[in-house]
Amino acid sequence: MAVEVIQEKCVGCGMCLRACPFGAIELENNIAVIKDKCVACGACIESCKFDAIIMRKHEQVNEPEDNFQDVWVFAEQKDGEIQPVVFELLGEGRKLADKRGQKLAAVLLGEKVKDRCQELFERGADKVYLLESAELKQYRDEPYSRAMVKLIREYKPEIVLTGATTIGRSLIPRVAVELKTGLTADCTALDIDEENGLLLQTRPAFGGNIMATIICPHQRPQMATVRHKVMKEAQPQPGRQGEIIEVKCKDPAICGLTRIVNVVREAEETVNITEADIIVSGGRGVGSPEKFEMVEKLAQAVGGAVGASRAAVDSGWISYSHQVGQTGKTVCPKIYFACGISGQIQHLVGMQSADVIIAINKDPDAPIFKMATYGIVGDLFEVIPALIKEFEKK
Amino acid sequence: MNIAVCIKQVPDTTEVRINPETNTLIRDGVASIINPFDTYAIEEALCLRERFGGKVIVLTMGPPQAEAALRETISLGVDEVVLLSDRAFAGSDTLATSYALAQGIRKIGDVDLILCGKQAIDGDTAQVGPGISVWLDIPQVTYVKKIEELREEQEKKMFRVQRMTEEGYDVLDVPLPCLLTVVKEINEPRLPSLKGMMRAKKAEVLKWTAADIGCEDQKIGLDGSPTQVKKIFSPPARPGGEILCGEPAEIAAKLKQYLKGVN
Repeated sequence: MAVEVIQEKCVGCGMCLRACPFGAIELENNIAVIKDKCVACGACIESCKFDAIIMRKHEQVNEPEDNFQDVWVFAEQKDGEIQPVVFELLGEGRKLADKRGQKLAAVLLGEKVKDRCQELFERGADKVYLLESAELKQYRDEPYSRAMVKLIREYKPEIVLTGATTIGRSLIPRVAVELKTGLTADCTALDIDEENGLLLQTRPAFGGNIMATIICPHQRPQMATVRHKVMKEAQPQPGRQGEIIEVKCKDPAICGLTRIVNVVREAEETVNITEADIIVSGGRGVGSPEKFEMVEKLAQAVGGAVGASRAAVDSGWISYSHQVGQTGKTVCPKIYFACGISGQIQHLVGMQSADVIIAINKDPDAPIFKMATYGIVGDLFEVIPALIKEFEKK
Repeated sequence: MNIAVCIKQVPDTTEVRINPETNTLIRDGVASIINPFDTYAIEEALCLRERFGGKVIVLTMGPPQAEAALRETISLGVDEVVLLSDRAFAGSDTLATSYALAQGIRKIGDVDLILCGKQAIDGDTAQVGPGISVWLDIPQVTYVKKIEELREEQEKKMFRVQRMTEEGYDVLDVPLPCLLTVVKEINEPRLPSLKGMMRAKKAEVLKWTAADIGCEDQKIGLDGSPTQVKKIFSPPARPGGEILCGEPAEIAAKLKQYLKGVN
């Protein structure tokens, strides 16, 4: 597929140059020329008042095989605990499966995890594909991706959803490349196109400055990772039943070359900020490591996790695993407190999807106030203690 | 030890803005930079070369302008740079891009380690690194925050590395050749040296086309890309906020009231 300019019709008005989000069109001798950056999004076609731009489709397009069906969710587990993002995927997957008139299935990989199937049924799975092996006890890229590829080849799902977690984002790109199919990372919305039944996968790009809807028209399955905490969890329906499909697989068929030596859980990081519903973050304005303790106290008072801007991490006030933003973590809590954070774009892209943002800063012109649901212009050292006092009250 | 580092030239997203009237990106004057995460991969490669010898080769796939990014890496001390550039690559998604880069690495040949940044800041997919390792059929470790040591067991060389997880980190042994994607925590990238900058001006940039690296037509560019962009739009604007005024204690009480229904 390619975008082409019909030279006879082009008048060189330049409308398409402005419409192109990728800067892929240039004027040469007063005629629009499509350059290498083009991704065939078609924005220019709509912009052209002279019908001079067309999408040329290749003649031989492989229509997807129609024997692919069902929506699958990768049931990520750690030490046998199903991760919360899985329940969100099941909630969303249920809607997609119903729209397609298909079944919702979970894929559960691990060692001795069969007793977790019931939990998946209660959260909406009609089937669970279960593959148990000593090789799958702890997550490793190779055995897990081989097991996934085997299951997908054998049972042919139409859609495969995975959480955009460390594991999900390591595992599923391998599976997609092995299967030579499309994968869309870090989606924040999914839907089914009513016209053709395709999965519409919407995700932020350019650090959240634009949104893009991606499709995978010709290959199956259609695969996406989904950002944690964006979609609603499926509510448990106690006693709901489903079908377990136990898949047998010899260990050597999926074994890998990497070996786990040790799993370290850092005591300090017991609160994982990507999981937190409330985050209290401190930035440069906090001023010193001693004063940063005040931010931590506020977090305690509101029952939240501690976050930080890059400035606070680079100053050594708190460790990198707390950093929110472009080079840190992307978080999506219900409530986000930004204390002494001016609101550089690099920070904003990591927290702009929070439901409620509270900004506390002494500079009334700080960009963070443009994002804030509630802004407090004032001295941190007067405001935060007052907040701590208030929230500690029963 | 020969190390290949894959980088991407990206627009400095901190400068990318949307024109609210036309609903498109304003790119005029937006600088191109080396993807910040890739600078950690380059630094790690240079540190490993200092410890184990060998050479560091940086490659990128992109338009001819991406040469500037490659020259910048020479100023940091990289030995060789390769630009994969061809109209046929245009419109490649992560599947087609990882294929082209894997083909480029095959042509380089004798590579023990491939390093990538954990993701690029324009696309944020984190898919190309793992993709390359599948095309080359070698093991991978993502989100590496430390390379502890090079070990040898039964005449097999392997790296002991730390992979960052949500709860802490895993320690893994991974045999060479392998691919690692690295996070910011792994090091502090160096600045270019004056000597390096002089070298960067004169150094040769190898330029390979799709044919040079033996790419099959149907695996690159739009044909090799299963995903398509259907629509692009502005994210919904956040509703306007409210500035809370008054004494700190009053503000605190008001805020607590407002937040009652949220959580």
